[in-house]
Amino acid sequence: MVKKKEYINGLPDPTPLKEEILARYPRKVAKKRDKSMVINDPDADQEIQANIRTIPGIITQRGCTYAGCKGVVLGPTRDIINLVHGPIGCSFYAWLTRRNQTRPAEGEDNFMTYAFSTDMQDENIVFGGEAKLKEAIREAYEMFAPKAIGIFSTCPVGLIGDDVHSVARDMKAELGINIFGFSCEGYRGVSQSAGHHIANNQVFKNVVGNNDRPRKGKFQVNLLGEYNIGGDTFEIERLFEEAGIELLSTFSGNSTIESMEYSHTADLNMVMCHRSINYIAEMMEEKYGIPWIKVNFIGAESTAKSLKKIADYFGDAELTAKVDAICEREMAKVNAVKEAVKPKVEGKLAMMFVGGSRAHHYQDLFGELGIRVVSAGYEFAHRDDYEGRKVIPNIKIDADTRNIEDLVVSKDEAHFRDDLVAKKDSLEKSGYKFKDYEGMMPEMKKNSLVIDDVNHWETEKLIEFYKPDVFCAGIKEKYVVQKYGVPLKQLHSYDYGGPYAAFEGAINFYKEMQRMLDTKIWKLVDTPWKHEPEIVGSMTIEA
Amino acid sequence: MLLRHTTDKVKERKALTVNPAKTCQPIGAMYAALGIHGCLPHSHGSQGCCSYHRSALTKHYKEPVMASTSSFTEGSSVFGGQANLMTAIENIFAIYEPEIIAVHSTCLSETIGDDLGQIVAKARDEGKVPFGKHIIQASTPSYVGSHVTGYANMLEGIVRYFPEKTDEKKRQINLLAGWVEPSDMRELKRLAGLLKVKSVLLPDTSDVLDTPMTGSYEMYPKGGTTIPDMISMGDSMKTIGLGDWGTRKAAVMLDNKCKVPFEIVDIPVGLRATDRFIQALAKAGKVSIPDSLTDERGRLVDVITDMHQYLYGKRVAIYGDPDNIIPLIEFLTDMDMKPVYIVSGTPGKNFDKRIEEILSERVPEAKYKNGPQADMLLMHQWIKQEPVDLIIGNTYGKYISRDENIPFVRMGFPILDRVGHSYFPTVGYMGGIRILEKILGAIMDYQDATSPEESFELTM
Repeated sequence: MVKKKEYINGLPDPTPLKEEILARYPRKVAKKRDKSMVINDPDADQEIQANIRTIPGIITQRGCTYAGCKGVVLGPTRDIINLVHGPIGCSFYAWLTRRNQTRPAEGEDNFMTYAFSTDMQDENIVFGGEAKLKEAIREAYEMFAPKAIGIFSTCPVGLIGDDVHSVARDMKAELGINIFGFSCEGYRGVSQSAGHHIANNQVFKNVVGNNDRPRKGKFQVNLLGEYNIGGDTFEIERLFEEAGIELLSTFSGNSTIESMEYSHTADLNMVMCHRSINYIAEMMEEKYGIPWIKVNFIGAESTAKSLKKIADYFGDAELTAKVDAICEREMAKVNAVKEAVKPKVEGKLAMMFVGGSRAHHYQDLFGELGIRVVSAGYEFAHRDDYEGRKVIPNIKIDADTRNIEDLVVSKDEAHFRDDLVAKKDSLEKSGYKFKDYEGMMPEMKKNSLVIDDVNHWETEKLIEFYKPDVFCAGIKEKYVVQKYGVPLKQLHSYDYGGPYAAFEGAINFYKEMQRMLDTKIWKLVDTPWKHEPEIVGSMTIEA
Repeated sequence: MLLRHTTDKVKERKALTVNPAKTCQPIGAMYAALGIHGCLPHSHGSQGCCSYHRSALTKHYKEPVMASTSSFTEGSSVFGGQANLMTAIENIFAIYEPEIIAVHSTCLSETIGDDLGQIVAKARDEGKVPFGKHIIQASTPSYVGSHVTGYANMLEGIVRYFPEKTDEKKRQINLLAGWVEPSDMRELKRLAGLLKVKSVLLPDTSDVLDTPMTGSYEMYPKGGTTIPDMISMGDSMKTIGLGDWGTRKAAVMLDNKCKVPFEIVDIPVGLRATDRFIQALAKAGKVSIPDSLTDERGRLVDVITDMHQYLYGKRVAIYGDPDNIIPLIEFLTDMDMKPVYIVSGTPGKNFDKRIEEILSERVPEAKYKNGPQADMLLMHQWIKQEPVDLIIGNTYGKYISRDENIPFVRMGFPILDRVGHSYFPTVGYMGGIRILEKILGAIMDYQDATSPEESFELTM
């Protein structure tokens, strides 16, 4: 264990920790893991190995392609029936288990509380499941009359040769509603990330651009990669509404398929979770000329910065004044709480291993409280999420990546926004940055340990070495870490709290850190008699 | 409304399942394997299976749930998963050092035809299993049966491997636990102890999924059935399996392999199922039933008679697993409640027969269904047609309970939003009192919340 005083002049060199971790591994495993663990130097161009296969037998945090597609990207959209084609489990485990909140109006469709499955049986595996799938779609349509149905493939589907896309085409013709399929079998990619890409492709192909709704607002935007965990999207929506920014569609927190259909009428796309949704942002720019910027609404200062960046894009004096007023008012509230909490938590140590952007975004919140991040990493990110988009041309395309369709997108002449392209060009000349994501590593301290796809053994060693005050990860890690006496904050589910986005969210998070770091319960773990000499009594009752 | 699209119009469905009352086999295999000491469950399939199963079990227990995965990719799915499993076995023994790896298959590895037995044999031949370490396996295709089937298959896999028959009979009884909580496992051991019957409980998740906070983490907690105990099961006098769905396969396997005769009784939920369990155990162990147990039984009957007015005629909707809900339905009926709607996604022909036996006389109006399309949507639709006074089942029932304003008692798997099930048993007579306490609490809280002010009661 490193003594806390060693942190005064920067973070300790974690080389001994890394060596100890690797020493336990069989040679091949060690060789591979070595490249996924980087001792950070923000001033150097460092390469980390990411988005590669997890080694069999390793206890990983990662899930599957289906989870990324059905669970993450499409899960939060309320007016579509997400029908899972496969044995029952995949549908069961994705049933209400992510905390995507949604607010349907009275009488509006909301299927998010339901799980729909074809519940494939052995005869479907042997003789094929297409007929059952078609029948299930008919039954779903007859009972629920949805405006859209998505079909999600689970592992056996691709292997037995069921063609969900042709079933979707047939049923679309038969029922006259939008029906489309996802080839998101669990094994398709190395993690959830492949599922995000597949979801992006199909939503772009089958939904975006279906409805040329006339303009409703002066400033029309989409928010991409924000999933409304614990009500995060609601916080952001509130700010936009007050500022007079028309949020057309969020991909996909608190969203409807309908809103995605007219999302191509936006003037700007804002990307929150770069990993899960940058594909749609890129494709919308190519097809419609809508530029995108990276934003971050986790952290009060990041929120203010993001809002101001949006205002700068539109260059409207009234909007800028409104945004400035909102930021000033909200920051005053935020700072009042921060001043109360910060002295209690400043200097504590945190580490976070989660997601494809949260491990980065949440560092801003910890930074605001003066909590130091000693180690971090993503569960399913790619190199660009660590090192910045500048490395994209150098990323080796391996067989696993090639599995996933890369859509060829061409310009939609009728809808293409030359005005936005011109706007982008002129703003760029004045130093405004589009599609810029610098990644996590340049913003982390020297000697912090960056680990991709961290596993159970590494987690144990990290805790022993750093003795962190708070560990951020997911439900599978939570109780392991807490048995060590280290509180764990779930950054997937927020431990059923939140929201943590935007200004109110920051306040909630500060208070949550105070709760977690201020508790006395960890001091009560040891018994009072632990250090007392054992009394050998004469009154023991012999059975 | 949370379930705003559910109507009272029941449509016969052939293909669509909505809001299932079951999940898939591998999670049952994982849960059973966690009940043996020093064991790491291994999921031979995509990463998602393992991740989902660990997450579900973790949320239910709020405890670490460890398991590894073969991490299939497209290549392994096309060319077979042997290489992945061989690599996994090597890595697991090197890095995580379990005594036992319990491998279960998934729909993916079953569909491509991976033969776990053959792969594990090859791993042994190639020296990938260190001396004194073990690998057991179970075939658990997700497209057959349910999570209960997976539990039964892993239990069968365990007894196929460990128990040995020697010339020396042991004065002990094998207790094969159905899918019950760690608290129930602990209670089963206590009951056997009261009877002074030496027993081997398999599996045993107590001290595995209810571990104390000590400030240090043990990857393999102190609980779980031990290897010597499992080996000794081949010399036991008798096997008592608790629950037909969960334990029959293992009981038959043990009989075939080691000639240990068996008897299957219900999981001892409620009065009469506990009576049958106690009598079976006393008979098998050739012991008399102590007064302390008779007293416990008497306390349960006493509470029922004390509170009968709140129970009589109350209509109940129940969903869950056959082994757990069949004795529960019998218990409710013994207390003059009316289990009117029953669904279980777990298939099995015996279900109808058992329910019919219990309900035909006292609750002839009951509707029940198990297997395909026996889901929570159907049960909710029945409730829409004619309401009930109480819903009993896993956490997913809270959506129906809130929409329909019906009292709700959480029992079954998974319970994602309350604690207690890990610590307070629902088996045995004392467990019966706990079930009763929960039912009465729900019904009486509802009365307190909804009764007119003038009839708001102090004493109830």
